[in-house]
Amino acid sequence: MATLEGGLPARTPKPFQVPVVAPGHTPATVTDQINNVILQRTPRWWILAFGGAFSLLMVFLIAVSTLFLRGVGIWGINIPVGWGFDIINFVWWIGIGHAGTLISAILLLLRQDWRTSINRFAEAMTLFAVACAGMYPLLHLGRPWLFYWLLPIPNTMGMWPQFRSPLIWDVFAVSTYATVSALFWFVGLIPDLATLRDHAKNKWLQRVFGLAAMGWRGSAQHWHNYETAYLLLAGLATPLVLSVHTVVSFDFSIGIVPGWHATIFPPYFVAGAIFAGFAMVLILAIPLRVAFGLEDFITERHLENMGKVMLATGLIVVYGYFTEFFFAYYSANHYERFTILNRVLGPYKLHWLGLIVCNALSIQFLWFRRVRTSPAWLFVISLFVSVGMWLERFVIIVMSLHRDFLPSSWGMYRGTIWDWATFIGTIGLFLTLFILFIRVLPAISGFEMRAIVPTSKKPGGEYTEAPAK
Amino acid sequence: MEILQGSKKKCGAEPSHVDAPARLDLEQVRERLQEKRGPELWRSLDELAETPEFQDFLHREFPRHASEWQWGDGVSRRSFLQLASASLALAGLTACTRQPEEKIVPYVKQPEQIVPGRPLFFSTAVTLGGYAMGVLAESQMGRPIKIEGNPRHPASLGATDAYTQAAVLNLYDPERSQSLNHFGRMDTWEGFVSELNANLQALLPLGGEGLRLLTGTVTSPSLAASIQDILRRFPRARWHRWEAAGDHHTRKATASAFGRPVDCVYDFRRADVVVSLDSDVLTNGPGNVRYQRDFSERRRVRANRKEMNRLYAVESQISNTGTVADHRLQLSPVEVEAFALALAAELGVAAPAPGAAVTDAKTRTWVTTIAKDLQAHRGTSLVVADEHASPALQILAHGINQALGNVGSTVAVIEPVEADPVDHVASITELARDMNAGRVQTLVILDGVNPVYTAPVDLDFAQALQKVPLRIHHGLYQDETAEYCHWHIPAAHELESWGDARSFDGTVTLIQPLIEPLYEGKTALEVLAAFSGRTDATSYELVQQFWQGKIQGGAPEAGTGVVLTSSPDPDSAGSNATTTAAAQGNASTGATPATAATQGTAGAGAQPAAAAGGVDSGWRHALHSGVVPNTAAPRTGAAVNGGAVQQAAADIARAVAEARGAADRLTLLLRPDPTIYDGRFASNTWLQELPKPTTKLTWDNALLVAPATAQRLKLRHEETAEIEVEGRKLRTAVWVQPGMAENTALITLGYGRSRAGEIGSNHGFNAYAVRTSAGLWRHPGLQIRPLGERYVLASTQNHHLLESGAEEVPLASEEAQRRHVVRTGTLAEFIENPDFLKAEREAPEPGMTMYPPYKYEGHAWAMAIDLNVCTGCSACVVACQAENNIPVVGKQQVLAGREMHWLRIDRYFAGDMDEPVAHFQPVPCMHCENAPCEVVCPVAATVHSDEGLNDMVYNRCVGTRYCSNNCPYKVRRFNFFRYSDKSTPVMALLYNPDVTVRMRGVMEKCTYCVQRIEQAKIESKVDGEPIPVNRLQTACQQACPTQAIVFGDQNDPEWQVSQMKADPLNYGLLEEINTRPRTTYLAKLRNSVPELEALSAGAQPTAAERKEHGHA
Repeated sequence: MATLEGGLPARTPKPFQVPVVAPGHTPATVTDQINNVILQRTPRWWILAFGGAFSLLMVFLIAVSTLFLRGVGIWGINIPVGWGFDIINFVWWIGIGHAGTLISAILLLLRQDWRTSINRFAEAMTLFAVACAGMYPLLHLGRPWLFYWLLPIPNTMGMWPQFRSPLIWDVFAVSTYATVSALFWFVGLIPDLATLRDHAKNKWLQRVFGLAAMGWRGSAQHWHNYETAYLLLAGLATPLVLSVHTVVSFDFSIGIVPGWHATIFPPYFVAGAIFAGFAMVLILAIPLRVAFGLEDFITERHLENMGKVMLATGLIVVYGYFTEFFFAYYSANHYERFTILNRVLGPYKLHWLGLIVCNALSIQFLWFRRVRTSPAWLFVISLFVSVGMWLERFVIIVMSLHRDFLPSSWGMYRGTIWDWATFIGTIGLFLTLFILFIRVLPAISGFEMRAIVPTSKKPGGEYTEAPAK
Repeated sequence: MEILQGSKKKCGAEPSHVDAPARLDLEQVRERLQEKRGPELWRSLDELAETPEFQDFLHREFPRHASEWQWGDGVSRRSFLQLASASLALAGLTACTRQPEEKIVPYVKQPEQIVPGRPLFFSTAVTLGGYAMGVLAESQMGRPIKIEGNPRHPASLGATDAYTQAAVLNLYDPERSQSLNHFGRMDTWEGFVSELNANLQALLPLGGEGLRLLTGTVTSPSLAASIQDILRRFPRARWHRWEAAGDHHTRKATASAFGRPVDCVYDFRRADVVVSLDSDVLTNGPGNVRYQRDFSERRRVRANRKEMNRLYAVESQISNTGTVADHRLQLSPVEVEAFALALAAELGVAAPAPGAAVTDAKTRTWVTTIAKDLQAHRGTSLVVADEHASPALQILAHGINQALGNVGSTVAVIEPVEADPVDHVASITELARDMNAGRVQTLVILDGVNPVYTAPVDLDFAQALQKVPLRIHHGLYQDETAEYCHWHIPAAHELESWGDARSFDGTVTLIQPLIEPLYEGKTALEVLAAFSGRTDATSYELVQQFWQGKIQGGAPEAGTGVVLTSSPDPDSAGSNATTTAAAQGNASTGATPATAATQGTAGAGAQPAAAAGGVDSGWRHALHSGVVPNTAAPRTGAAVNGGAVQQAAADIARAVAEARGAADRLTLLLRPDPTIYDGRFASNTWLQELPKPTTKLTWDNALLVAPATAQRLKLRHEETAEIEVEGRKLRTAVWVQPGMAENTALITLGYGRSRAGEIGSNHGFNAYAVRTSAGLWRHPGLQIRPLGERYVLASTQNHHLLESGAEEVPLASEEAQRRHVVRTGTLAEFIENPDFLKAEREAPEPGMTMYPPYKYEGHAWAMAIDLNVCTGCSACVVACQAENNIPVVGKQQVLAGREMHWLRIDRYFAGDMDEPVAHFQPVPCMHCENAPCEVVCPVAATVHSDEGLNDMVYNRCVGTRYCSNNCPYKVRRFNFFRYSDKSTPVMALLYNPDVTVRMRGVMEKCTYCVQRIEQAKIESKVDGEPIPVNRLQTACQQACPTQAIVFGDQNDPEWQVSQMKADPLNYGLLEEINTRPRTTYLAKLRNSVPELEALSAGAQPTAAERKEHGHA
């Protein structure tokens, strides 16, 4: 294991860049700092944060219990707006779930070494976001207990799902994505779990981490297998990043509803997903690095790079908005034109305005390096982007449905208290899982960090010690 | 015991409470039990239970609560159910003591008619305001579940109105009065009879002094005879009449114009030109279903028939009649009268009145144009003014008809249909006066007349009523009046009763029951029989005795009557194949429908001795056909009295001059509600949730005002306002309605009820509070003050108008026009170029696809809807609801946009929002051949059949709602909650067994009545014959008075639907998106006249202009 072939990050920071690890760290300090987060006594702030998140999770419990007892009528949906918060939140969460895999897989393949300190928790975030997202299609069913009819299970009725429906494609896309993301995340964790096993003083912890580490001993063979598997999974996950949201966009673009039926949707959705995902990574990373004192690992350079990605993808999304306008004009399709005008001038014009402010205007600050390197600025802009991306889904789903073809059937939509409770509840679920995660698993990839600590390398390019024990 | 005491308090709160008869209370039971000792207790309880008091207690205590649950303020239906189950449990307790000896046995000999799963149809009648609508009532295993029109009946010709369709729900209404009540407590018929007899004994020597009867309009010959009997027996008794929404003005006008009471019946089939003066003659009044049919016969324009009648509507509100008019002129009520006067003057009927002359150039053109048109169609024209027009205006209309030679041609003057016609207002005024003077000892209120709620407010009827020592109420509901009465006798519903009634042209129909009374109801005949000592006479005996020997034998002449001689052949009226088969099946098996009905009640035995003898064949035939032959009222030779016309003209001239002097005077219009009528249907949820034709409001009434008037008076949409008439105030909500004349406000009667059950009470605003005997339908001295509170109204179209600004209605209407949703043209354009609509056609040519089109072998079901004849009457919507077990959802859910109607009637305005043209468009499922809903369903719950139906598989549906999102017509309906009532036992009887009752979380929609299709296919398979052409009808089609909806097999050119599909007027809704709908529309044509067309051509403002006007 002299060199890490085929894809682990480049080893030397370029001179003009802020290093990805602050100076003064040795592999030992890196290991200690990452492991200490887990092996130390539970900090008071963690208990408070967990309590808060768990309360929100209880809101979810109440919301979902009520939903199952009384039916989806507790939500604000109606005819014509058959989908509301349920599908808005589904798309929102699944979008957020894009950043993790993108950071892990694509940046790995592109040898972007700065990803190392953020990929682990970004992947975890992906998993939790997908978990939140995956619940909505089930919860939104009128008869949720029959959800398995959407799965191709051989049955006595001889019925298959209806494969022409994009909802079936969703089932496959989301479940595949969730599976590969989980595998990728777990495989990446194995060397760190072994480190934890070795550092743990507590017998029970040793056993638990030992089980999870799957017998990792750091042998060359292990490293070889690991590298291969990780690369393969990265290769597998990369197209999924593009495919999931493409398929999700089909939910709309396959429909004939004006405002949905557009060819721009797949790239526009993927860009939007990455945009939203990076915003969420920032929202999580900025408090996290303060809380755990990880400023040395999640440096300004990370923040800046993520800001750049947000700016780039955000501009693609804005381009998507313009494309919709252009095609409404260019197609000479009356329904499309009306839909676009109704977005800007109709009863939901403030939502549309909010979308433009959040998604198109707020990111323009990211052109400035001073903003990109300022955690406070980035945090605020990321919040704007998260809200903006939620509004974007609202605009697409609700505003297209509420005034479609027949004026007699036009209606309005408004989320009820249960819509909000379910939404806030899934945020609770996400936070609960995430806060648990940072307490019990290494939120930063220790072995990869050690690999990029500058002092860990002799001029000759050889390691002074193995990346993991 | 707390509950009992609580209820006692409520009893105490009832008006005019007097000492109750001694009653066994729980305390007493306990005391009595405590007197017993030791082991004797159980046996003693047994003994105790056998005492009459205890039996009575058991029987009464909990049902009494159950019957009182609607008095309470905070009692929910859930707690009612709890009480109901508690009373059931207690009923079980009686069963523990002693089981009455009963035997149940299965059918030894299966009754011939009853085949499980096959309906039986019985000819009977459903009345509204006393007038009969001949119907065929469908019975499934003894349960009446659906009502169809009787093709042989002149008022129906196979169609019905919305009220008749909903009658079956009234039968099963769980809020119907279920027991005879005395002072709010359950009592028995015997108890009532003994008190009545004691009372009558006292009255007899006095000749019945102080005995008063109060009924609505009575057309029933047997009931009238029975009342006359009583009046003979008690010569000093009086019979009062009060029909809240009856023919008050009409009666006055005809009596004055023709010199004696007569009825006018219109023959629209002969009328080339119709002028409607402030009237809704097509959808209002006892003959409206027939009128719609006759009117539409002259409007069915096809490629091979390019002629139609012409209708001018001059009106102050937007009525259904106005929406089908070729030209509509909107004037304030007084100006309509001025218009009529000018028209009469132009035609030489009345002298011109300079003070009331029409000065406006546009209106002037109208007058001259119409006058010219009428002159050109002497004898084939018709000027109509319905009940709601003033008597003077009606007299003027009669005068014009007389002058044009229409009387005797398009206007048939017949002997009055109502028995002993009197002025109802005078009649009830006299009653109130006598009650106040203490001259009324016993008042019997029959057949659910509800004067406490409906009597003119100036009579203060409730106050007067309390001065009567004995007050007896008979009705379906324990309503406002029942609350003030000592005795309440539950009435039997018409589907539970024997009786008779006459239709608008006088034709008598015998009413026969389909089921034993559900709740020991009595008919009015039975109640009256008790006055002559025949306390146990059944209405069957009474009706039969009355008709004994009176019915001329022989096969009944179908549906013609003698009045409207040009009636169509009843067979072409198109009845359901099943209907006819079943009805004929009755005849051929030789059993009278009466016996069939008896067996239909599962052996309960409505009348065991129906065929036992003494029944002549005429009776049988009359029962079978639903028409007693030769009973139509004879025509009279009465002619219009010229003096009365001159007098009316002078009255109008004076009124107009006076009104013009007072600028900006507001006029209040009162009308029966288009869905709940005079309030009697307040607890009928189908009608409550039926959108009112022009406003699309449900569950409420509101004060309708024109946009300009609202702006001037600072009234805002969906905000409250206070109206004041002669010092009487009413708080109401404002609904800004395009199509209302300026300075005119309209509110419908029937809402704001306080005792209409949990469901019917406290919706809307009680307009009777401002209805005086002088201003029954119109009051000129109206004041409106905005109160500014928000009051949310549930409209099914343009939900939440206010939130998004009142631009919504014009915007939606403009968009609808741009999208060619309702295609319109003029007859002239059509004659010039029958394909003129093709210019708007944007549908892709079929075959522009990579895939070969599916070939529909066999049947290809399709529907065509002729917009030219649709009046928006909404009978189809209720028919669909009844046929397909469609639930109602309540106001809150309608507000949320979740109404469940499979068939809706869209309403669009066109033109200027101050004087719009309105269009109705019934929208069922389009059954698209390229159905967007099908491809997106993940579980294949909505699939296409090989006959072109877009089928919905409820069992397979998981409820993603994707299909509804992708449906461009938004005809799919989703069970957001468990809307179907599966918990009220009696409601289960109502459901059509051929249609699944849907559960929560599934999508549903119009199926083209697939159960009827399958039934017809099965029959055709059994018979080996193809389905008879045009015999298979959907529920909406069958109910449609104008036959606007036509369903059938488009693969077979013989079917009418195929011919309609081939017509150049045929178009598909949104066909440019290539859904290839199976439901298509025939464009709406106007038979316009160039003079008036020129007037309106310039009056169509652009969108920008309309915005500038700033409609509030």
